Amino acid sequence: MNAITKNEQNALARAVLEIDVNNHPGVMSHVVGLFSRRAYNVEGILCLPVGDGSQSRIWLMLIEDQRLPQMMKQVEKLEDVIALRRHTADHAVFQDLESFFRP
Amino acid sequence: MTETLTGAQITIRLLERQGIRTVAGIPGGAILPIYDALGQSTAIHHVLARHEQGAGFMAQGMARATGQPAVCLASSGPGATNLLTAIADAKLDSIPLVAITGQVPKAMIGTDAFQEVDTYGLSIPITKHNFLVSSAEELLSVIPRAFEIAASGRPGPVLVDIPKDVQTQAIEIGEWPEPGCALRAPAADSALIEEATAMINAAERPILYLGGGVVHSGAAESALELAQKAGLPTVMTLMALGTMPVDHPLSLGMLGMHGARYTNLALDECDLLIAVGARFDDRATGKVAAFCPQAKIIHIDIDPAELDKIKTAHIGITADVQEALSQMLPAVSANERKIWGERITALKAEFPFEMPDAENPRSHFGLIRTVAACLDNEATITTDVGQHQMWVSQAYPLRRPRQWLTSGGLGTMGFGVPAAIGAALAEPQRTVVCFTGDGSILMNIQELVTAAEENVNIKIVLIDNATLGLVHQQQTLFYGERLFASQFKSSPDFIKIAQGFGIAAIDLDLTPNPCAALMEAIARPGPCLIHASIDAEQKVYPMVPPGAANRDMIGA
Repeated sequence: MNAITKNEQNALARAVLEIDVNNHPGVMSHVVGLFSRRAYNVEGILCLPVGDGSQSRIWLMLIEDQRLPQMMKQVEKLEDVIALRRHTADHAVFQDLESFFRP
Repeated sequence: MTETLTGAQITIRLLERQGIRTVAGIPGGAILPIYDALGQSTAIHHVLARHEQGAGFMAQGMARATGQPAVCLASSGPGATNLLTAIADAKLDSIPLVAITGQVPKAMIGTDAFQEVDTYGLSIPITKHNFLVSSAEELLSVIPRAFEIAASGRPGPVLVDIPKDVQTQAIEIGEWPEPGCALRAPAADSALIEEATAMINAAERPILYLGGGVVHSGAAESALELAQKAGLPTVMTLMALGTMPVDHPLSLGMLGMHGARYTNLALDECDLLIAVGARFDDRATGKVAAFCPQAKIIHIDIDPAELDKIKTAHIGITADVQEALSQMLPAVSANERKIWGERITALKAEFPFEMPDAENPRSHFGLIRTVAACLDNEATITTDVGQHQMWVSQAYPLRRPRQWLTSGGLGTMGFGVPAAIGAALAEPQRTVVCFTGDGSILMNIQELVTAAEENVNIKIVLIDNATLGLVHQQQTLFYGERLFASQFKSSPDFIKIAQGFGIAAIDLDLTPNPCAALMEAIARPGPCLIHASIDAEQKVYPMVPPGAANRDMIGA
């Protein structure tokens, strides 16, 4: 699944999820654990505290497949998830980061 | 007025305030402060299990019998890892459980300290939610919240990991938080309810499909009313058995892998499937693409993630099923559905469920029917996992929700005995019967001494075929009869074992009149093991081969 080339990956539809969570140790494990235990790769992760730091915002970049709607429902069920929004792959959040990810 | 209390004392006081009166567990170094506080409690009875998994299943027995969250305790490291199976089991069957584990002091977390394990990390995928408590103050919000989460919406297990220094930290308490209770689920969308009702009214061959959610929601009566008013033949999942009495004229019993032929064939013909608190488990549906191929689907569940997970519903309703059913009841039209009813009757006549040798109490079905004849609907039935479990699900006349406690989703051998102890502790007025097998009982045999110590009124019916029966059956049917690792070359003397643990035991193999012996053993208060050998060649039939469509059943 992870062996596909960069070009192939770009050809696949991507999705960006924006997730507001309570900020405490363990919340990232809860979120990404939902993906890893279903062998669903997370292509990109960004996370920073929001406001006074009691909450964080997690941005996930994913390759869209038919499991995504179920994944979103599972994420929304987590006690520490306050809100979930879905964006298209062209969302700006990951776009200016490429310079940090050159091989 | 304020008082100064330690985290351990606060924990126990919060459990008392939750109304917890019985807990099961095993102490150890990292939870000793909590045990010290528990020892001072006059309100809470502690049941000392002999393995933490036993404690977890005792708590499950209490929770399944009453519907209220129950509590188990374990120490750090191996204490916590031993609990995990019981917690995972509670997750898959949506059982409200609060597991409290001790943890090494905060400063030692991450140092590979003695009996340190990442309990928080280990329990993430098998709990509804979990907490690692970092201060005594936090306990005041975490403990009530744990109960609230366990009981709200789709119930489930919550783990609270408490480092030892948090247990010993003393703080001043001025005000106590309210106990955590189940929050009301958001109301069902009335437009969808209306649409669903219209769909039921328009259907010609509808079937009502009840799952464990009907039990959790206390909706059995409403489901029965709906079925009767709208003339809905009704199937139940393993978890829902008892919600409609099996001998009700509209009952088609259990569906799926070991359901009756007429049940699965009726589903094949239905034009509307009304799934209530059910999750289209693979043991229920068989090959999903071939499940109810002609049917439109109404799916009602409190967990929105269950809708469209396996089968896309034409109408998906997120709601507490009791509330949804009571909204539907007045709007659904009374309908006898004579033609569909006649078709069902014909299917029942043409493809009946066979119970060979049911008159003989030395056969598996005969034994189960004889035990049932000694009891009324007030009895609670637990099982272990295997052939005996499926035979009991097929043959025992279950007629009451929460009468039937079985490990469905996880299918955990070793569930039956400790769950029976828990059920008997929670409802001492009932007789609790645990059907088990010679494979399963050995997985938590140590709890027999707990049963003796607590003198619980449980009757353990041990159906002994000296094999791992379902493995034996699958190897016989699907692996060219290559029997490997499924037959026990030596078996213990279960009578001596039971007696050695301090409980009464009878061997039906040696009694000239098994019916009279059973009657006497069941009527005598206190724990008792009843041993009965059966033929190892007996199969659970009918059976849908794994991966096949439900219509392609084999056997009987």
